[in-house]
Amino acid sequence: MTARIGVVTFPGSLDDRDTQRAIRLAGAEPVALWHKDKNLHQVDAVVLPGGFSYGDYLRAGAISRFSPVMETVIEQAKSGLPVLGICNGFQILTEAHLLPGAMLGNNHLHFICRDQKLRVENADTAWTSDYVSGQEIHIPLKNMDGRYVADEHTLDELEAEGRVVFRYLARGGATNEPGNPNGSLRDIAGITNAAGNVVGLMPHPEHAVEALVGSGRTDGLPFFTSILKKLVNV
Amino acid sequence: MSRTPLDTVEHAAETPDVELPWAELGLKKDEYEKVVEILGRRPTGAELAMYSVMWSEHCSYKSSKVHLRQFGEKAPQSDALLVGIGENAGVVDVGQGYAVTFKVESHNHPSYVEPYQGAATGVGGIVRDIIAMGARPVAVVDPLRFGAADHPDTKRVLPGVVAGIGGYGNCLGLPNIGGEVVFDACYQGNPLVNAGAIGVMRHEDIHLAKASGTGNKVILYGARTGGDGIGGASILASETFDDAKPSKRPAVQVGDPFQEKLLIECTLEAFAEKLVVGIQDLGAAGLSCATSELASNGSGGMTVTLDDVPLRDSTLSPEEILMSESQERMCAVVEPSKVDRFLEICDKWDVIATVIGEVTDGDRLEIFWHGGKIVDVDPRTVAHDGPVYERPYARPSWQDALQADDANKLARPGTSEELKSQVLALVSSPNQASKKWITSQYDHFVQGNTVLAQPEDSGMIRIDEETGLGVAIATDGNGRYAKLDPYAGAQLALSEAYRNVATTGAKPLAVSDCLNFGSPEDPAVMWQFAEAIRGLADACQQLGTPVTGGNVSLYNQTGDVAIHPTPVVAVLGVIDDVARRTPVAFQEEGQLLYLLGDTREEFGGSAWSQVVHDHLGGLPPKVDLERERLLAEILISASRDGMIDSAHDLSDGGLIQAVVESALLGEKGARLIVPDGLDAFTFLFSESAGRAVVAIPRSEELRFNDMCGARGLPVTRIGVVDGESVEIQGEFALSLEELREAHEGTIPALLA
Repeated sequence: MTARIGVVTFPGSLDDRDTQRAIRLAGAEPVALWHKDKNLHQVDAVVLPGGFSYGDYLRAGAISRFSPVMETVIEQAKSGLPVLGICNGFQILTEAHLLPGAMLGNNHLHFICRDQKLRVENADTAWTSDYVSGQEIHIPLKNMDGRYVADEHTLDELEAEGRVVFRYLARGGATNEPGNPNGSLRDIAGITNAAGNVVGLMPHPEHAVEALVGSGRTDGLPFFTSILKKLVNV
Repeated sequence: MSRTPLDTVEHAAETPDVELPWAELGLKKDEYEKVVEILGRRPTGAELAMYSVMWSEHCSYKSSKVHLRQFGEKAPQSDALLVGIGENAGVVDVGQGYAVTFKVESHNHPSYVEPYQGAATGVGGIVRDIIAMGARPVAVVDPLRFGAADHPDTKRVLPGVVAGIGGYGNCLGLPNIGGEVVFDACYQGNPLVNAGAIGVMRHEDIHLAKASGTGNKVILYGARTGGDGIGGASILASETFDDAKPSKRPAVQVGDPFQEKLLIECTLEAFAEKLVVGIQDLGAAGLSCATSELASNGSGGMTVTLDDVPLRDSTLSPEEILMSESQERMCAVVEPSKVDRFLEICDKWDVIATVIGEVTDGDRLEIFWHGGKIVDVDPRTVAHDGPVYERPYARPSWQDALQADDANKLARPGTSEELKSQVLALVSSPNQASKKWITSQYDHFVQGNTVLAQPEDSGMIRIDEETGLGVAIATDGNGRYAKLDPYAGAQLALSEAYRNVATTGAKPLAVSDCLNFGSPEDPAVMWQFAEAIRGLADACQQLGTPVTGGNVSLYNQTGDVAIHPTPVVAVLGVIDDVARRTPVAFQEEGQLLYLLGDTREEFGGSAWSQVVHDHLGGLPPKVDLERERLLAEILISASRDGMIDSAHDLSDGGLIQAVVESALLGEKGARLIVPDGLDAFTFLFSESAGRAVVAIPRSEELRFNDMCGARGLPVTRIGVVDGESVEIQGEFALSLEELREAHEGTIPALLA
């Protein structure tokens, strides 16, 4: 048996097909979900993909958060449905208050697209169990509004509870690019909720699942194998 | 407010003596007289609006037509060509039932006035051309040219253009996989913002811009029509007919990529359900162009009720509605029984769609406003029968002196130390420096099929996951070469793009071009234009790569000073299995470096002559198309048979530029030996065409040499991939760190 993983398409979603492909390559069954449809069609987990849903009007994620499908996603996430938010999906999750904090414009004011080095800080979530804690991976990053911010109290709480899932790392070696690509507080690239079923991150694991295309690495595949193993072992 | 009286066809016939502002709208006196002759009366204001914009240089190609014909007349036999020049974009067969459409266009003038929106809407326009052919857009490329890198205005124009391209393309979910960035003082007041796009479809999904079938409905869908991009029509509307108008509007359009993304998805869904008979995007000349082209390419006529066009600004006059260049709009022709389903799909994507007209069995295009008929024309006279000019042209008097000013006689470096410092100067010069600061503002990962993206020699996209079928595209142009010799310059642009596609392992198939020149009213510019087209058409014929379409941009000049003639050539290629692609980066230490082709003392128009001597003179490198073809065959075979692990074409900057790029990208150094018969300077800086550097695993050396020997391609072993520096034995060594700092530091220092 395999798992059914839903991928929501909002107007302006861009990486929905890529995410479906990543799910397929991991061995699970991707299910397309439509933003106007409250019904999640019995999926076992949901991915909110990257893009510019609703043109990023108002704020990134601010309008999508109120779409019909999100009513059900929010309700079920609270009772344990695994949800992964990638980039714009992460922004939607913070707007929906499933994850704390918010994303501001990059501190250099430019869109940035590059292969990004990360450290896995928490390998116990539904979406990261196929990594080991402390593992260093490369996942493509591409965004305009990727600077993670939260108040000091929230940040301390995230750290204390081990809810920082990924941190930006300097690439090292010959290139001298700074590690933190956008001014995110405490180099935070991704976080989880207290239960570990909801994870959001700015980098794009779905662009690192095949050696031939994208970044040419497969460091993103464990996101999708992690959730598959969790769901089929239930 | 209402305008009285409405300038209907009837009214025009009754008032033959009314003076119309044809000159302000850009028509010449004889052109206006031709309109009157065609209609047998004076045109209405709306008709004048349509003729003036459709007969403009931009839409009618009136100065360039007589030369562009050569692309058809000299077109090589090609089984690959499915749709040629004349449609929204050309279509090429790439095998396995797939067809690929691609095109390059300019958005030069708007991008100088308003860099962000000018560049953004350039991307939007070319992408709509691709959708209009029935294809899903899969990638964009952006060949760009700016004034001097350290000029203050470049810091205004470039960041705006780059942000505009990124802001629009990134929001559409299209990977940006190639292009160029060139700086030269000649582009100071006339930056060149060219935009290219590729789309993929199945053969049976090709759509054309024609309105056929009496009774079929004409549906306008996408954004509401507003007052942006009207330009000349405002004169007509506000000064002549209605003094109460509030204001002139900006002539540059404003883009909304979110709207365009919805337009892509809903159009593709309508195609998939076979709901569309004919389709046209609304770009330059807006509804005037879309209705007249759809009607003139079809079998019947068309009626349109302008009152039904959804407006963003209710005060727009009918002339303005016809000329508005509001972005993100398309026009589809749909059978009556399928209209409901079409509208349903638009509604699903929250796209506004309105039936505005109908295909008729006559041969007239009739447009109504408030019950009155304001346009009654034969659409062919609007879309196709515009004026054609045989502009005078003459080889400029200064051409001989320019060619006599031989770059080969410039002072060359006298010592190893001088050679080394000139290498550093070259790789850190704005034109040769890394453009990562720019390209990292573009998404090149989205859609998950990007195999290669800049700074690779060509961008490459996988189009079939099962078989690995892919396409490659490269765009090239060298205004300095073309200034020295426009015929050869255009051929060198094609040669380089052709070579770049082959270097990555793909077989070149077809060509699109964007021809950027000064004023056609200057005989010297017209000569450059005529020569460049002749050169390109001859070379396409010889290489077997037909021109499938493209774009001409004239009047790129400030006062009397024109830009360098800049034909930009895009070559599309196909690769059976993208797993066989050849990257630029060195892969493994110990691999052998071979130089393919002949190196001569050729420095005219070279990067070295520009960087070290600020010089432009002499002759460009010799063109040898048969050599290009042979080199391409070798590169493709070697890639297919796994004989080479990396390859880089040699062009501006010569061999040293290519080796430094491969070394930095692979984070591996190289030790080079100057081959017998060459001096170090010529070896490093010559820009002879028809060359590439390849890295070969030692186990493949014999086989590779045998292949090249059997086919007659001269090859020279020049060194090995090794160490942490680029070393020229007996001359100098530069550490990768030093090179990286020089190569990657320049652009951020100038622009960040």
